[in-house]
Amino acid sequence: MGKWFKSGSPWIWMTGGAVSLSLIAVLGLLLLIAWRGLSFFWPADIYEWKLRDAKGVESTLIGEIYDREQVPSERLITAGVEFAEPPGEFVTRYLVKTGNREFVGLDFRWVLETDIVSRSTPEGIALIERSKNGNFYGYPVAVIENGKRLELSDVQHSLEEHIERAVDIGDKATTLQKRDIGAINHELERLRLKERRAELDGELTDSKKHEFEAARAKLQADYLVLEKELFSLRDDAGRDSVIVRDMRGEEVQLKLDSVLDVTYANRLDFIGKIGHWFGGVANFISADPREANTEGGVFPAIFGTVFMVLLMAIIVTPFGVIAAIYLHEYAKKGPLTKMIRIAVINLAGVPSIVYGVFGLGFFVYMLGGSIDQLFYPEALPSPTFGSPGVIWSALTLAILTLPVVIVSTEEGLSRIPSAVRQGSLALGATKAETLWRIVIPMASPAIMTGLILAVARAAGEVAPLMLVGVVKLAPTLPVDMNFPFVHLDRKFMHLGFHIYDVGFQSPNVEAARPLVYATSFLLVSVIVALNLTAISVRNHLREKYRSLEH
Amino acid sequence: MISIDSSVMKTEALDLENLPASETALEIHNLNLHYGNKQALFNVSMKIPKKRVTAFIGPSGCGKSTLLRCINRMNDLVDNCKISGEIRLHGQNIYDKAVDVAALRRNVGMVFQRPNPFPKSIYENVVYGLRLQGLNNRRELDEACERSLRGAAIWDEVKDRLHDNAFGLSGGQQQRLVIARAIAIEPEVLLLDEPTSALDPISTLTIEELITELKTKYTVVIVTHNMQQAARVSDQTAFMYMGELVEYADTNTIFTTPTQRKTEDYITGRYG
Repeated sequence: MGKWFKSGSPWIWMTGGAVSLSLIAVLGLLLLIAWRGLSFFWPADIYEWKLRDAKGVESTLIGEIYDREQVPSERLITAGVEFAEPPGEFVTRYLVKTGNREFVGLDFRWVLETDIVSRSTPEGIALIERSKNGNFYGYPVAVIENGKRLELSDVQHSLEEHIERAVDIGDKATTLQKRDIGAINHELERLRLKERRAELDGELTDSKKHEFEAARAKLQADYLVLEKELFSLRDDAGRDSVIVRDMRGEEVQLKLDSVLDVTYANRLDFIGKIGHWFGGVANFISADPREANTEGGVFPAIFGTVFMVLLMAIIVTPFGVIAAIYLHEYAKKGPLTKMIRIAVINLAGVPSIVYGVFGLGFFVYMLGGSIDQLFYPEALPSPTFGSPGVIWSALTLAILTLPVVIVSTEEGLSRIPSAVRQGSLALGATKAETLWRIVIPMASPAIMTGLILAVARAAGEVAPLMLVGVVKLAPTLPVDMNFPFVHLDRKFMHLGFHIYDVGFQSPNVEAARPLVYATSFLLVSVIVALNLTAISVRNHLREKYRSLEH
Repeated sequence: MISIDSSVMKTEALDLENLPASETALEIHNLNLHYGNKQALFNVSMKIPKKRVTAFIGPSGCGKSTLLRCINRMNDLVDNCKISGEIRLHGQNIYDKAVDVAALRRNVGMVFQRPNPFPKSIYENVVYGLRLQGLNNRRELDEACERSLRGAAIWDEVKDRLHDNAFGLSGGQQQRLVIARAIAIEPEVLLLDEPTSALDPISTLTIEELITELKTKYTVVIVTHNMQQAARVSDQTAFMYMGELVEYADTNTIFTTPTQRKTEDYITGRYG
């Protein structure tokens, strides 16, 4: 035994064990969120249960199994649940998503196994995704086209065709509303601000007033035309409907303009399910959220996260690099420099919410408020830059990550061999020329390392953003087709905040839980993608300046 | 590559004490140097003749490199370095306040102990100094590049890969590239700080041949710890010991009939 200790093996086992534990922890985390998040998009079987409760009342239930658990029967009995015959010690119960929210109150329901008489997966059941009120489960019976009931043998085919048509028209209506009508609204607002500006400057003469009036009248005329078109599109989309028999046995008529998709989950074969899964994932990544973020996609949040992080990188890199160059190359080596350096390193330890408070007080209220007074007086009292927005979030995170960039840039600068600097100086270069032509390019891999760390940190921060620009639902992206195209003053959505919002602030926590996992997985993927890009750039630079290795 | 037997090029001995101004490249006068409290150079005075090779020899830490680095003010980069005395180039003290250090270094080139190419292409390494001076004409740069690489006897080896990274070259090639880089800006004086100490014997020989060739155009000052090298390449030799210039004379004289006891001990290998 003593010999074994002396050989150093325990040490190797201990260190190796620590590495394995960390690896298992990381992989376990990733696998858990990936599995929970991605399996959400797999089309589950839709069951029909025949139930009979303790009083002998029979009922039918249609839905998907969301969860199952073992409950001590004693607890159920204390809670007032009655059993027809005495149960065992434990009873299994299922959480069933029943949908049909407007008819049954809650779209989730616990079902005791003891109540179940039979369970089947009829092929005729369809899952109907709707833009309002969540999913609907039931048997599609007939399609109503333009008020006329079509009696068909193949309801599925006809229904799918009609839905496709309605969705196409609905998409057109959305584009019209968002792009064309949005542009007119934008123009109208700009016109109003222009007029107000002229008024403030005392230049609003009668002739100008007429000009503005004329322009406004023209825009409003355009608006009316488009609005009419929009309404006719909407009417057209709502032309057809479907009749579905729900689990109560009643026939319900659903208008197709609120239906997004229909899936006969029990009819899908494996390949069909895979196709459906990919469709679901793609939709999640590319669509806008619906129903208080508990349905639909997260595209605005992905866009907001990436946009804000890139903006932050653009701000933090030059600042950090310049500060590091001064500290490392020009500042006298003395106690003051040392203190500044220690202070910079300690900045990295300040809790991020403190940066949020600082950002709100300094950037939003002071800086943004001043900008509004100087450049946007016509919009006051409603703020332009004086309220939280994406630029202030990027700036706040830039300050938060500044220490990381400074420290790693300094490290890079100190690793550059003095022989190379001297070689440049000996050729008659000044210090600035040497820095610019030799030192900074050679330090660029280290700068990239700093940037990678900064991006990783910034993409995961949520707390400060809640104060300086993130919102639950942003109606528009910070980039669009309306002049000036990039709107840095706008509020934005963020994946991290989205997770918090969906998981803890949503009205329907059960429905949202898989979305929390899926969004978490997406956030991790976005950060990994950002990092991999930066790492490949760094490796490219390293290859270019590999003299550092000898 | 043109190979020249160094003995053919050996010129007759000069009177180093009373060198006429027209033949003097550099005049060092009462140079003292302190690193903090430690004095590294004591009252060094010497005249370095034009277009000849002058070698500084001596044991490690004797101050020969320090003296060399005074000539292009590389010691300015060292903290706590204090210098008194004068070094005159064209009659002007290079430590004068009015002197532009960058301009001085353009005039007094330097090659270091270890090859230090920049992480750029061979071409960009050579024209670095010219670009610094604002020269961007492609044709002129091409010409200067070829001229310098030929001057450093490396043209034939690299002419087909001018735009490859300089790190792809061997150590000896890198050192010649660095010499080419130094002569591209056409300095008057070329300082070589133990240029072959990091190289293999064959590369060393190539560089030594190059040095004898360089003196047709440049005043060369070389620091070396290798006495045979000093004997082979230099026209006059200065022996330094503990920061003092012990003896400075024609190379033949130093190696055959030194006047100082310390010099004799050193060149016969009794210490160092």
